[in-house]
Amino acid sequence: MHPVLATVLQRLGLGVVTLFFVSLIIFAAIAMLPGDFGEAVLGQAALPETVEAFRKELGLDKPAWLRYINWVAAVLQGDLGTSFSGRAASGVDRSRDVVDLIAPRLWNTLFLAGITALIAVPLALFLGITTALARNSVYDRSVNAATLTTISFPEFFVAYVLIVLLASIWPVFPSLANVTPEMSFTERLYKCALPSLTLTLVIVAHMMRMTRAAIINLLASPYIEMAQLKGVSKAKVIVKHALPNAWAPIATVIAFNLAYLVVGVVVVEVVFVYPGIGQLMVDAVTSRDIPVVQACALIFAATYILLNLLADIIGIVTNPRLLHPR
Amino acid sequence: MSETVKSYSAADEVGAIRMRRTRWQRMMIDLKKAPISAWFGMIVIAIYAFTALFAPLLAPYGEAQVFPTPFAPWSMTGGGEHVFGTDQIGRDVFSRLIYGARNTIGIALATTLLSFIIGGGLGLVAAINRSWLDQLLSRFVDVLMAIPSLIFALMLLSIFGSTVGSLIMIIAVLDSTRVFRLTRSVAVNVVVMDYVEAARLRGEGLGWVMRREILPNIMPPLVAEFGLRFSFVFLTIAALSFLGLGIQPPTADWGSMVRDNASLIQFAQYDLTAAMTPLLPAGAIALLTVAVNFVVDWFLHKTSGLRDDH
Amino acid sequence: MTTDTENRGAKGDLLLEMRDIRISGFSDERWHEIIKGVDLTLRRGEVMGLIGESGAGKSTLGKAAMGYAQPGCKIMSGSIMFDGIDLVAASEADKRALWGSRIAYVAQSAAASFNPAHRLIDQTVEATVGHDISSDSEAKSDAVELYGSLQLPDPDTIGTRYPHQVSGGQLQRIMTAMAMSPRPDLIIFDEPTTALDVTTQVEVLVAMRDIVEQFNTAAIYITHDLAVVAQMADFIKVLRYGEEVEEAETRKMLAEPEQEYTKSLWSVRALEKPEDKSSEIVLSIKNVDAAYGNTVKVLHDVSIDIPRGRTVSVVGESGSGKSTTARVITGLLPPMSGSIEFNGETLPGALKDRTKDQLRRIQMIYQMADTAMNPKQTVGEIISRPLEFYHGLKGSQKHKRLVELLEMIELDESFMDRLPGELSGGQKQRICIARALAAEPDVIICDEVTSALDQIVQEGILKLLLRLQKEFGITYLFITHDIAVVTAISDEIVVMFQGEVVEQGLKSEILSPPHPDYTQLLLSSVPEMDPDWLDKLVDERN
Repeated sequence: MHPVLATVLQRLGLGVVTLFFVSLIIFAAIAMLPGDFGEAVLGQAALPETVEAFRKELGLDKPAWLRYINWVAAVLQGDLGTSFSGRAASGVDRSRDVVDLIAPRLWNTLFLAGITALIAVPLALFLGITTALARNSVYDRSVNAATLTTISFPEFFVAYVLIVLLASIWPVFPSLANVTPEMSFTERLYKCALPSLTLTLVIVAHMMRMTRAAIINLLASPYIEMAQLKGVSKAKVIVKHALPNAWAPIATVIAFNLAYLVVGVVVVEVVFVYPGIGQLMVDAVTSRDIPVVQACALIFAATYILLNLLADIIGIVTNPRLLHPR
Repeated sequence: MSETVKSYSAADEVGAIRMRRTRWQRMMIDLKKAPISAWFGMIVIAIYAFTALFAPLLAPYGEAQVFPTPFAPWSMTGGGEHVFGTDQIGRDVFSRLIYGARNTIGIALATTLLSFIIGGGLGLVAAINRSWLDQLLSRFVDVLMAIPSLIFALMLLSIFGSTVGSLIMIIAVLDSTRVFRLTRSVAVNVVVMDYVEAARLRGEGLGWVMRREILPNIMPPLVAEFGLRFSFVFLTIAALSFLGLGIQPPTADWGSMVRDNASLIQFAQYDLTAAMTPLLPAGAIALLTVAVNFVVDWFLHKTSGLRDDH
Repeated sequence: MTTDTENRGAKGDLLLEMRDIRISGFSDERWHEIIKGVDLTLRRGEVMGLIGESGAGKSTLGKAAMGYAQPGCKIMSGSIMFDGIDLVAASEADKRALWGSRIAYVAQSAAASFNPAHRLIDQTVEATVGHDISSDSEAKSDAVELYGSLQLPDPDTIGTRYPHQVSGGQLQRIMTAMAMSPRPDLIIFDEPTTALDVTTQVEVLVAMRDIVEQFNTAAIYITHDLAVVAQMADFIKVLRYGEEVEEAETRKMLAEPEQEYTKSLWSVRALEKPEDKSSEIVLSIKNVDAAYGNTVKVLHDVSIDIPRGRTVSVVGESGSGKSTTARVITGLLPPMSGSIEFNGETLPGALKDRTKDQLRRIQMIYQMADTAMNPKQTVGEIISRPLEFYHGLKGSQKHKRLVELLEMIELDESFMDRLPGELSGGQKQRICIARALAAEPDVIICDEVTSALDQIVQEGILKLLLRLQKEFGITYLFITHDIAVVTAISDEIVVMFQGEVVEQGLKSEILSPPHPDYTQLLLSSVPEMDPDWLDKLVDERN
């Protein structure tokens, strides 16, 4: 087998194994719940029979490994279980399927993250590469100082400052990003302006600094000096000698920061009351709605693993040592 | 053989001889050379530390003391009772900011220390004992790090509930994965050094090798990492508190203070000072992390610069 | 492509003239002068050898001949005239037009200096095609010819490979082809064979010298190895601390150097210990097999006897298993089979099974004194640890012994509070020797202890080791690839190749013919201080 394929498969295998362990950990969450949580969900007045029925529905009378298999099988078929909320002590069940809760919100979150990535990735790469090339210049120093400051800011600080400035004092954008499915695309964009601006500011700082470090590291390679001493022009040194070796580090930087973006979304959604999966998860944690928490955690973790997997695979398929084995 | 060679003296060989100075003198010289940003950072940190230590003496009112007027206005120009007004149930914002320094910084510091004890200790052991234990720990850490830590923390908090104890434990354990990775990778580079091998060949015990040969040589990156981890933990706890899942009332804490007063932000057009109320604790958080980052940046620059002249 | 020097002037015309060059480097937050006013004149077709120890500034000066200052360096003053062009005043674009067309550069580490992402032939012709000297196809067919004349295997196809697919010696020759491709007037060779094994070095040297001669190219050959430069250069310039010591025609320089410093560079080769036989064996390894991770077997049935109070040198190239042998003796790598006998008793294979006394009796000195000492401990702490650990010395007793040990290694009490970073290379190695001595061992294993040091410092260390042997009857196991060092210090020699012992015997027996094939190859590949050595060797081998 070609070494590239072998390495990619190996990496994919590792990804699956990681996902398996992550699902185990997330599943274990429900097993760790205290014994009386049925009452906590259904209320103090719940009849013992109701609680018993509830426990049975969750399969708590079955062994853990069987429950795990059932859970995984259900998840693979797109069934994420039923929410705890909407259940009453009387046994009346007005709860909803987790999938129905998550699906529209997941789409909203992806929309927000996508827009942010579209602005942030090119901007960060541009800043990172230009500062690396103009190292120690005034431009480099000022961009560096600015990003060092922004990465220190909590997301909600950036968000509220933007709200005060751009929604309150100069009301250019709305401070609430309460999008609805009926909205047109442009209206959605308008509503998302402040949340995505907040996320962009936070992400660009991180991504730019990492890109800069990666490029500086690359430019210190002896083969770059050799190319200069061969009289190759500056632009050609970058395009022909640095770039082919830059894909792997840049892919890693982008993946790492997109993964960071996925997490940053949680706080920003809460600030702007944006109906995304992050806000859903926070609400579910507050009300201890475990099935929803589990589903959200699984989605976040899977995205995170997938992004890193993708970066590794880009690194593998652009590695000349693997592409052209001995 | 020639004359020069006979008169050759080992002691006269040119070495990079520097003035002998005590640790304290070296520190003072370094401090004098520190850039303005680092000075700014150090002064800010000192003020925060002072505020946190002497909170009860500095605060005009009690941490959870409730006054009759909720959302009282600011009164910075003397006479008024509440410098930064009161919050949604009538507590003095200024006093809560001061107590918040103590609680927020204290909890973040405790968490970071715990995470260094766990992660640093295990990382060192894994680096020295490169066997199944190293494999097991490293793979376990890989899996834990495959889940974003804020998400993981949210999930665990939903199970264990938001008490200060569980908050510290959960964040410390999750954050120790990063400390583990760093300690391990730095220590692995030191473990392969000939002087560590020389100590082992001498027959030194594991404790001596760890304490005397490895630890002094991995301190600079670990100290820098402590600063970075502290900011990260501090921001994570602030974020959780802001989400209502971290430090719980009535304990004064900056993250939850932002959340409690967030609704005031809408009135920026009519009363700018009122809108500033939630920005005060948020700014306090931002200022401290900026300060820590400035100091860490200078420290990293200094320690990596030292390596050049050897 | 034509290969002559049409319109470029004839052999002997002035090509490069550097006057009063001063170059500074930035470190420790200030500028230091690296080159302190050096002149250099080179005519067409001439090869100049630039030699000096580490820190002499030879590489910096070599790059300056191109008008290039590496990052962190600056040409402060002086003039560089290359064929009528002022390289100090020239713009970046003007210099780029010269680099890779009329001036070419061959770097020390070929493996790092080739871009891993491109095929070798594309990199070989990049400068030639980029400067419009010839078309892509012309340049490529010329490159194949160059590969052929550089004795590369499969010259037609080797260029289609990637850098990681060929060996270090081949890469170095391909880099020479790359430099030669645009038919430059001047090539700068920057320590091109330093990273290679001796047997590989010979092939590369021959190839480089022939091709420079063939095209009548002028060259600056930078190295720290006198014997190598003697083969390559028409005349030699010696540098020290950024200043010129002397310059002379090669034969004259070798026969009658004028300056004391230059003479001292020759001296280590003059040091030779009279060999001494001994029958009492202190350490003996018997039929040892060893492997890393139970898979890659690196030692095959190795047996070595080490007589008491003598020096046994283990010689071989990288991969011969000589360092692994040391690891087996110290217990770091327990053998798969075979045994180690020490003072008449069998030594446990693993470090952890040995007693403190057994550990004390075998000490080790490393190649890189830098990494062999904890940078955070003072000299006093480093040397006194074995005193406390093995001998339980404390307080004034310990201090007294510490001063004694420092005197033994020709240093004084004032060194006690220094950190390793504040010592010179030779002083560091002396501290390591003192640390080994402090244990009062029977055997000291010396792993390439002199190869990181400058010539003159090497000699001081070797003399110290010989004196200590005489005074205390210590036995040395000397691991080295340097035949000059072997001659200087050993009584017996062990030759190793690919994990096996080729032969063992007294120095006089091993160094005089007849030799087994490998010993012959190894010994004959060691460059000698004779400008005709390479010619003779090529004649012999053909």
